[in-house]
Amino acid sequence: MNAPTYNFAYLDEQTKRMIRRAILKAIAIPGYQVPFASREMPMPYGWGTGGVQVTAAILGPVDKLKVIDQGSDDTTNAISIRKFFEKTAGVAVTTNTNDATVIQTRHRIPEATLQAHQVLVYQVPIPEPLRFLEPRETETRRMHALGEYGLIHVKLYEDIARFGHIATAYAYPVKVNARYVMDPSPTPKFDNPKMNNSAALQLFGAGREKRIYAIPPYTSVVSLDFEDHPFEPYKHKACCALCNAEDSYLDEIVTDNKGSRMFVCSDTDYCETRQSQGHRGSENAAPYAESANA
Amino acid sequence: MTTVAEMPAGFADKVLAAQSTFRSVMDAMARPGTVQRIQAVSGVPAPMMRGAAAIALTLFDQDTPVWLDSRLAATMDVAKWIKFHTSAPVIADPAICAFAVVADAAALPSFEQFAFGSGEYPDRSTTIILQVASLTEGPAYELRGPGIDGATILRAAIGVPDLLDRLALNASLFPRGIDLVLVSGESVVALPRTTRLVAKEG
Ligand SMILES: [Zn+2]
Repeated sequence: MNAPTYNFAYLDEQTKRMIRRAILKAIAIPGYQVPFASREMPMPYGWGTGGVQVTAAILGPVDKLKVIDQGSDDTTNAISIRKFFEKTAGVAVTTNTNDATVIQTRHRIPEATLQAHQVLVYQVPIPEPLRFLEPRETETRRMHALGEYGLIHVKLYEDIARFGHIATAYAYPVKVNARYVMDPSPTPKFDNPKMNNSAALQLFGAGREKRIYAIPPYTSVVSLDFEDHPFEPYKHKACCALCNAEDSYLDEIVTDNKGSRMFVCSDTDYCETRQSQGHRGSENAAPYAESANA
Repeated sequence: MTTVAEMPAGFADKVLAAQSTFRSVMDAMARPGTVQRIQAVSGVPAPMMRGAAAIALTLFDQDTPVWLDSRLAATMDVAKWIKFHTSAPVIADPAICAFAVVADAAALPSFEQFAFGSGEYPDRSTTIILQVASLTEGPAYELRGPGIDGATILRAAIGVPDLLDRLALNASLFPRGIDLVLVSGESVVALPRTTRLVAKEG
């Protein structure tokens, strides 16, 4: 028997059992942060060790894994996590959102609507939405226990007083199943509405902070707001320069050393799929269109 | 009579069977009311069901005190099998168990005898693995809550006489509470503490 020197999906079975039990509790108590004994992984914190441990605990031979970082399948971080699971679990990988059964993500939710057979695993750096307001763990636990969330509303209201609107653009806090206030990880608030009533199971892993939490499918996820200042998802005024999408989250990128810029979809799979369907943006016009403009 | 020495292996492939069983339980918990299938285990001592045994092999270990109801504790076989295969301590006090395995649904102790968890740590609660007669036939229940798109119907012969009253109490304690995993043969349905049940006519 030529057993590999590591277990299937790297983690030992005892660690997987512990993480699996934490995942089940997290699903049963939507938005509540379940403590778990996070393990050292062969990659530094900040590389998504919490998400990697959750993925390792759920992944099986029939899964198809997609890994994205800021919407892209091709960053160093995404590639190294994908290779890690190809090597340790022999699992099939894909960049196509629709083909994936497990999607591990940092900072984005795919633009394509997720389906019931899919699990979205978020890498979370700071799971506690109250941490910047209250450093003591005993106090934040007490606030969650009592559902006492006045402090975070005060913080958002201070934004309104200072800026005339809620300035928080990333990690915008949500309330899950009308009970727990939860940090959606540093996704742009543009993505918050996708968490609500999703057909897919959403799991969150924070390695350094040793927390796992979850949003079951078809669960209400409401961005915190005020009657006179309702939540407004960020909306770009531009279209994607490559695929002309008007409904996707855009990144501004520098295109040459003269400082030219353009806006393109942050979700590379979404953008490429649209281009393959014939959608063309201003920087990616079909040849006949270019000659027509010349 | 099976003795510990004669005990056959639980899962043929421990790692992959545990993974597949976990995914079935995870899907069951994430989508209450859906019936999930569980990987078969051989050599399970009666009256433990094969589905319950697979869940035990997947989730139990030295960190999870396990309580058995009197029907499962009637012979030492089930306790021996659990200790042998999972190393989980089988304990007499349901108030501190991580998992309870119950074969006699009609005699299920009141939920208060198990652990509800605390307000600060509602995860420190008991998961009851309840063996039931059927998860496809029997009274109809309408289920609502997280994991369910609107409402869904579960037909099951659960056999707990005052089930709806117990679940209503459980709901009133949220986020504290008991999570139920119903097993019939190799089928499993989960009723996490967020699921609301009403009896349905017909
Ligand atoms: Zn695009």
